Amino acid sequence: MAPMALPTTFTLENLINTWQKVDYTNKLLNSFYISLASALLALALSLFNAFALGIGRLPGKTFFLIFFTIAITLPNEALIYPLYYMFKEIGLYDTRLSVILILATLNSAFGTYLLASVFTAFPRELTDAALIDGANKLQLLWRVVVPISMPALSVLFVFFFIWTWNEFFLPLIFLVSNSNQTVPLAMAMARGERGVVITTQSAAALLGVVPCILFFFLFQRTLTRSITAGAIK
Amino acid sequence: MARKSQTRDRGYGIFLVPGVLLFVLLVFAPFVANIALSFTRWSGVGVPVWIGLANYQKALGDAVFWASLRNNLALIVAITVIPTLIGLFLAAFLFDYVAVKIGKRTANVFRAGYYLPQIIPVVIASVVWRWMYQPDWGVINYVLRSIGLGALAQNWLGDASTAMASVMVVMIWFQIGYPLVIFMAGLQRIDPELYEAAALEGASWFQRFSRITVHLLLPEIYVVVLTTTIYALKVFGPIYVMTLGGPGTSTIVAAYFSFKNFFDRSQVGYGATIATVLTVLVLIITIFYVRIQSRQQAWENQ
Repeated sequence: MAPMALPTTFTLENLINTWQKVDYTNKLLNSFYISLASALLALALSLFNAFALGIGRLPGKTFFLIFFTIAITLPNEALIYPLYYMFKEIGLYDTRLSVILILATLNSAFGTYLLASVFTAFPRELTDAALIDGANKLQLLWRVVVPISMPALSVLFVFFFIWTWNEFFLPLIFLVSNSNQTVPLAMAMARGERGVVITTQSAAALLGVVPCILFFFLFQRTLTRSITAGAIK
Repeated sequence: MARKSQTRDRGYGIFLVPGVLLFVLLVFAPFVANIALSFTRWSGVGVPVWIGLANYQKALGDAVFWASLRNNLALIVAITVIPTLIGLFLAAFLFDYVAVKIGKRTANVFRAGYYLPQIIPVVIASVVWRWMYQPDWGVINYVLRSIGLGALAQNWLGDASTAMASVMVVMIWFQIGYPLVIFMAGLQRIDPELYEAAALEGASWFQRFSRITVHLLLPEIYVVVLTTTIYALKVFGPIYVMTLGGPGTSTIVAAYFSFKNFFDRSQVGYGATIATVLTVLVLIITIFYVRIQSRQQAWENQ
């Protein structure tokens, strides 16, 4: 097909070819695995931190919150080389685990910040009642705080998942082997190949975007509500 | 002190352990190490050599470094200034024209449409824009040629005089949805009676917009301006995908310049210096942000 002409035939061949050429199944699984694991870990870390700071009202709460807030805005470049060196030394370089751990920790800073402010407004009577009834802290967290904060937790989970899915810089540095790469990384790299047909590239871009658009429509309402919540509170 | 904090702790402290441990290991320690590296000469192997402030002196006299900061400034225009202005007008238009005259659903569809680019991985969006800008078969030149404006066709990303402007267009397209969503949410808070009263007094649409809408949306405007400025300083992916900082240094940004020193040129110390300068700039804006937020919270709590 000449690039200037209008398309003449409709075919799924390009999609299928691209799928096989970049081993899209593998990229999709990598992205899904990294995003899911990292979002769950970030959620757990944020929940624990915010439980201690927001419900437990530990002394030094302000100090911790400022600490975490600063981390939210740090440029990745200010951490990347020492992280790269460290993960090479401990033999975790070029593993999906490295990206999961780093992104979960970075994202948990925002999660802690958001959940801590949600928990500060948590009804005291509920936590006190549970403690008087003899619940320990873990039971208080799991049986009382988590069920009531489900809306905030699910919004955070969606956020973490999409952020990790869209992340480019850390996978670029850490996931060098082809079999570990994520969808955005594979798509950005595909441009470098010589002689790639335009229609194939379009197919590649389409495949890269579809999961996000699906996600967007699934969570559209939660998302638009939560972007504003995240920004203002 | 320790005893006092223990009595107030009541067993919550242990929940901070995993988060703080990972944080110290994966954020705080690398952050400090990076600052330390900025005072050294190091290729990534062997032992770093302490050279004091030499890297910072080098940066001050480095034309590439200044070019990268100028381009970050251009990105602030494309990511903060223009989207905030367009976002304000669009939000007001969707809120008190489209939603009223055509329907709330239509306004929501528009809002979702403008927001859509924000959820696409910016890297993939950049790949697509790269083809659109492609000089021979890209859709932009194709359209220009087919409507007889072939003279305007350019090598958009390949020519130093148009490259940065072309990148800015992509970032504006990408960014408009964010202020729009935030401003539209803020508008829900504004009492419609204010508008009615102003309209009765004979205020024009633009007067109502500038005196009421913009004034009452000030908290949201602060949030948008500060968060997007921070983002503009950190842009990496779109540059990496579209231009690799070129041609020459015409689209180089601080984040990419630092990356290049780390991983292409093995000048780890200098890369760390640029990353540190970038961090300081970001932190200055963060401090503003935190102060304004706490002031707003104090005001809300009154």
